[in-house]
Amino acid sequence: MIAATLAFYLFAALAVVGAINVIFQRNPVHSVLWLIFTFFNAAGLFVLLGAEFVAMILVIVYVGAVAVLFLFVVMMLDINIAVIRQGFLKYMWAGLLVGGILLAELITVFAAWKMSDSAEMLRAAPAPDPNAMSNTEAIGQILYTDYVYLFQASGIILLVAMIGSIVLTHRTRTGVRKQVISEQNARRPIDTLEVVKVESGKGLQ
Amino acid sequence: METAAVFLPLVGAMIAGFFGRQIGDRASQIVTCLGVGSAAVLSIPLFFDVAVGGNERVITIMNWINSGTFETAWALRFDTLSAVMVMTVTCVSSLIHVYSIGYMSHDDSKPRFMAYLSLFTFAMLMLVTSDNLVQLFFGWEGVGVVSYLLIGFWFKKPTANAAAIKAFVVNRVGDFGFLLGIFGIYMVFDAVTFDTVFNAVDAHKDDTVTFFGIEGHALTLICLLLFVGAMGKSAQLLLHTWLPDAMEGPTPVSALIHAATMVTAGVFLVARMSPLFEYAPSALEVVTIVGASTAFFAATIGCVQTDIKRVIAYSTCSQLGYMFFACGVGAYPAAIFHLMTHAWFKALLFLGSGSVIHAMSDEQDMRKMGGIWKHIKVTYAMMWIGTLALVAVPPFAGYYSKDMILEAAYGAHTSVGQYAFIMGIGAALLTAFYSGRLLFMTFHGEPRADKETMDHVHESPLVMTLPLAGLAIGAIFAGMLGYDLFIGDGRVEFWRDALAVVGEDPIEAAHHVPTWVVWSPMVVTVLGLGLSFHMYMRRPEIPGRLAAQFPGVYQFLLNKWYFDELYDFLFVRPAFWIGNFLWKRGDEGTIDRFGPDGVSASIIAGARRLGAVQSGYLYHYAFAMIIGIALFVSWIVVGG
Amino acid sequence: MAVGLSHYLTVSAILFTLGIFGIFLNRKNLIVILMSIELMLLAVNINFVAFSSFLGDLVGQIFTMIVLTVAAAEAAIGLAIVVVFYRARRSIAVEDINELKG
Repeated sequence: MIAATLAFYLFAALAVVGAINVIFQRNPVHSVLWLIFTFFNAAGLFVLLGAEFVAMILVIVYVGAVAVLFLFVVMMLDINIAVIRQGFLKYMWAGLLVGGILLAELITVFAAWKMSDSAEMLRAAPAPDPNAMSNTEAIGQILYTDYVYLFQASGIILLVAMIGSIVLTHRTRTGVRKQVISEQNARRPIDTLEVVKVESGKGLQ
Repeated sequence: METAAVFLPLVGAMIAGFFGRQIGDRASQIVTCLGVGSAAVLSIPLFFDVAVGGNERVITIMNWINSGTFETAWALRFDTLSAVMVMTVTCVSSLIHVYSIGYMSHDDSKPRFMAYLSLFTFAMLMLVTSDNLVQLFFGWEGVGVVSYLLIGFWFKKPTANAAAIKAFVVNRVGDFGFLLGIFGIYMVFDAVTFDTVFNAVDAHKDDTVTFFGIEGHALTLICLLLFVGAMGKSAQLLLHTWLPDAMEGPTPVSALIHAATMVTAGVFLVARMSPLFEYAPSALEVVTIVGASTAFFAATIGCVQTDIKRVIAYSTCSQLGYMFFACGVGAYPAAIFHLMTHAWFKALLFLGSGSVIHAMSDEQDMRKMGGIWKHIKVTYAMMWIGTLALVAVPPFAGYYSKDMILEAAYGAHTSVGQYAFIMGIGAALLTAFYSGRLLFMTFHGEPRADKETMDHVHESPLVMTLPLAGLAIGAIFAGMLGYDLFIGDGRVEFWRDALAVVGEDPIEAAHHVPTWVVWSPMVVTVLGLGLSFHMYMRRPEIPGRLAAQFPGVYQFLLNKWYFDELYDFLFVRPAFWIGNFLWKRGDEGTIDRFGPDGVSASIIAGARRLGAVQSGYLYHYAFAMIIGIALFVSWIVVGG
Repeated sequence: MAVGLSHYLTVSAILFTLGIFGIFLNRKNLIVILMSIELMLLAVNINFVAFSSFLGDLVGQIFTMIVLTVAAAEAAIGLAIVVVFYRARRSIAVEDINELKG
């Protein structure tokens, strides 16, 4: 299984490299591109774990939608290439400290992780044999049945997000002439027409 | 009848005090005078019944404290001593009440004044008729409080307030000693009622107490402590500083409190506790020395004072010294006799001076008086009667009592007795001198006041001169009438157990002194009067020249032997410093700083610091969230 | 060494920490903060899927998809806010965002 191990280390290293570059790039467009790179590598990791459906979803949704959205916004706003601001360094040390502590703790925990004996029996949705059923099919079997509430709830979240972003960014432009159909339909002849008796040769006064 | 005699003044005080505004000034005056007056009227048959007739009694009103062996009751003890005191106090007080009606006629708070006077009389009566030490202390404190109220009667004057506080604080020092004495008595005798204690004195006369490892004779210690209390109340040598300043109060107050009653409470205490004192000869020696020294010391200061009331105040101080050294040599009857006569003529002198002040439009400085004897003849005569009684010219009252004291001092044949005799003679000389000086400066010579004051000089109204006359009668006849009973041959049946005599009777010894001793007071009196006449009438420039020639002595005497300055340096300033220190550093600096102020300040500071968290910067908030995450993870990792 | 659960978890931890660093060390603009948040969510996703795989429990993957959904929604709203803010203040430098006072 050397290929799997190698693949793991490759994907992992590249993901970390990508993440570092997201933070330290000066051009925000470059940052977004490096983010996309990281996502791809994470999807690779997922495939290695046997969750190919989630991996593909990651690529389609995250890269295809969210990262593209980021790109749109970055390019839409007139952002200057970063100028290093004074006085910002003081937070670096605090940040390094907090981050370092967090990293150390997490690694300590994860390295000493032991699976409990009863974990096998506590599985909420036991995964079927991957040879019998593909990952996609397995997820599909439980997603719309056992977890339909979660599914619907996430749909509503998306709805709220959509409405929210439209409401936030919507602006009324002044000087735009739009049709108001109901007004047009409700117009009566008496509001627009006026019958005038015109004498010949005189014209409309 | 006995209860009425003691409580009627209280009734008068309550009515005038609480309802004075409703019933009006005149009614307050009448009700208080009636209260004290009826008590005075009742006291006379009481005196004859108890003292002369021999029917002593104790009337228990109600139980007070009952705690283990400590039992006290509200009880009135009527024996000769208290009967004499009740009569003296009520009679003099009622005359002063009547006088006050006239003297305070221009004052705004007449009901308050009359109420205080009656309240004071009540407290003094409680003091003298008490059956146990705790009740005596109640009266003791009562007179202290009311004297504070009366000295500071014109409370809008800052000097009056200061004088009142001074009187109270100095008295407090004495009271502390007194209290320790009472505790000592309870410790030794297991009781505080007089009868119980007196009956048990013989059994405990050799007891000792150990205090901080030092062993001392119990009775001597107790008596010294009691005497400290007496020193404070009676303004004896070290605790005398309050008496001259107490002249800030109105003149009737000086007459009542600082001549006749409160200051005599100390003498009364020593006399009442005579069974104890007789077994503590060292304490008696101390009493003698202090009393004799006070007598002389106060007389020296009185010679140079310029305020008429202050001269009389120092005279009181001096005469109290006489009474004390009489007690010291064991001649308690003589001391009480002098107390009684002194009450009459000293009150007369004070009220007379009040009359003078009233005539001189509230001028009290003798240097601004003079040449008024023709205008206020009645007052002048009264003052002469009082003075003659004071300097002990026969047949006036003072002659009998004062000469007996001096003879007793000599007759004791002890070294302290001799010291007392010499001091007493010296004081007698000075007394005659300054009394004459007072009269000549005030009434004779060229008028030194301005024309407007001189035009206004008028005799006091009848309501003031009648009490003067009443007191004058006492000043004249009290000595003659009381001589036999108090200190003459009838004294043994008169006093019976009220005053103790252990060993040789000092008064008996006094009757057998050499002739020169008997004549010496008379001689020095004439000398003193003559000297003052010469210096102030014939050659009035002498006093000024003397003062200029001996400026040190003059300043020393004028500044009251610098006692006030000494006490200020020794006690007042350190006390203020300690108080200030404890206030600023202790109270404010420590307790407040860590207590309420500290809590509130730290809350404000903390809130301000917490408020800084809401900086408005987005990245601050982001950091806060992340730090929260880190803490949370740490908690789980560590707490597990 | 065979790749076990702890390896995946370590990767996830590193990515998470990098996301945090991104928020702290960000000196440029708001968008980087949003991207750092996406990184953190990605790390969490890796965590879930790793557990799901090694435990044999599909709940992890279901939840991963929910997290994905929420991340997308949040990115959308966040960017909308950035746009509006930019319109108002003409800048998205992090230091200039200082009006969230209470």
